[in-house]
Amino acid sequence: MLDDFFSRALIAGAGVALVVGPLGCFIVWRRLAYFGDTLSHAALLGVALAFLFEVNITLAVFAVSVFVSLALLLLQKRATLSADALLGLLAHSALAVGLVALAFMTWVRVDLMGFLFGDILAVTRTDIATIWVGGAIVLLALAYIWRSLFAATVNVELAQAEGMRPERANLVFMLLMAAVIAISMKIVGVLLITALLIIPAAAARRFASGPEQMAVLSAVIGVAAVFGGLFGSLEWDTPAGPSIVVAALGLFVISILPMPKLSSNDGTVKQSNEPNAKGSHR
Amino acid sequence: MTVEPGEIVTLIGPNGSGKSTTAKMALGIFSPNEGNAVQRPNLRVGYVPQKLAIDWTLPLTVARFMTLTGKVGKMDAAEAMAATETTHLAKSEVRTLSGGEFQRVLLARAMACKPDLLVLDEPVQGVDFNGEIALYDLISKIRDELNCGVLLISHDLHVVMAATDRVICLNGHVCCSGTPTNVASSAEYKALFGSRATAGLAIYEHSHDHEHLPDGRVLHSDGSVTDHCHPDDGHHSHDHADQEDGASANAR
Repeated sequence: MLDDFFSRALIAGAGVALVVGPLGCFIVWRRLAYFGDTLSHAALLGVALAFLFEVNITLAVFAVSVFVSLALLLLQKRATLSADALLGLLAHSALAVGLVALAFMTWVRVDLMGFLFGDILAVTRTDIATIWVGGAIVLLALAYIWRSLFAATVNVELAQAEGMRPERANLVFMLLMAAVIAISMKIVGVLLITALLIIPAAAARRFASGPEQMAVLSAVIGVAAVFGGLFGSLEWDTPAGPSIVVAALGLFVISILPMPKLSSNDGTVKQSNEPNAKGSHR
Repeated sequence: MTVEPGEIVTLIGPNGSGKSTTAKMALGIFSPNEGNAVQRPNLRVGYVPQKLAIDWTLPLTVARFMTLTGKVGKMDAAEAMAATETTHLAKSEVRTLSGGEFQRVLLARAMACKPDLLVLDEPVQGVDFNGEIALYDLISKIRDELNCGVLLISHDLHVVMAATDRVICLNGHVCCSGTPTNVASSAEYKALFGSRATAGLAIYEHSHDHEHLPDGRVLHSDGSVTDHCHPDDGHHSHDHADQEDGASANAR
């Protein structure tokens, strides 16, 4: 089954979607969309460094993403710029430095488009192993810090007062983000990773009544988008990475269509609570 | 200042006087610049913050909110929600609650953790007069049941909850402290607040030996004016032993 490039693409894509979904929920809840963008732009610098020092690309991208996250934390504490300005500064500087560095390395012939848009149809067995093993580690770590991270997302001070150690959870979250960018870059490319982080989570929001539920739904919707996008790209001969994002967009559009049954869940209508309905806990 | 197990300490003071900061130092959210804040080891803390905005992107029901920072038994959660009359809200999304409902849910959550120290930052904000008295009753009931220390920040400079053991008036430092007088003990207060309030509310009479001027300087009772209020300026003697919190010694 792994001999066929299309099956490999499906398996790799599904693996990425399963990991990216739950992390994407935190990106949406914490309004960090631009942070995902910054990390993925910086990934290109990681690619350049990987060629320069002849190291594994995934590792180099992970290292650069971690470095950028830490730089952001440090700059936020010291500089007098707002977070979005800092993110813009880091994102595009890292992208530009990466491009310039690649241009200097005349001996390297790289397909830049491959990194910008990904090449899911070219994944190898090693890539699949990286995605599934790395993804499993990321998900386990996320499960471990889940309660702290979610409490800190709701309210940092409340979490800290009640012994949740939100700073540690935030740091681990940033490392997990860096890892996810590194392992998923090959699938959708630097420019479209943020879409895969945000769109499935956004589509899941409508149907979820709890954070855990939203994380699972987001992963499922991501997998559906990967399958839809890949089969669509096979059918109509369109580029695979963008097709996946288009499929995710389609699912999101479906999720915002008016559905009377769900009206109590979409936030515009206050839920009616009969006072005598002895609301059972959970 | 300390908060002992089973003791209710109310902090009062004007806006910006450092009430919330003091509470946050006790909670370990801020670390003090001078002095120190000590918590008894393994202290279980329940916290009701002053402001808590739930982002609309968060799908969060009241039932899930109850277990936000720790595993809470179903029985404990159900009990706390029954006591705060929030049982019927269990399946509601937190962001759709009204101000008063949300305050009661916050209290239920803090209560279900069975804390040794309960810190309440203006828990009655946005709650009407009758609701305020009911909340105060509830807080003293929680104290009686759990024998926890309670650090309560009041939005009112003069009217505090009757079960308060000690009132501390802050304005950058401890201005005065003492015990409140129950509303019920005075016919005038009774007439002013109505009979319903008499059990729940108390009046705190300040006894300051100095006055804070609008520009931050301090006018002392002997007529002199100083830039700051320091314990060593010889004008008065208040306790600057800073926030030594702890529900200390031997809580259970």
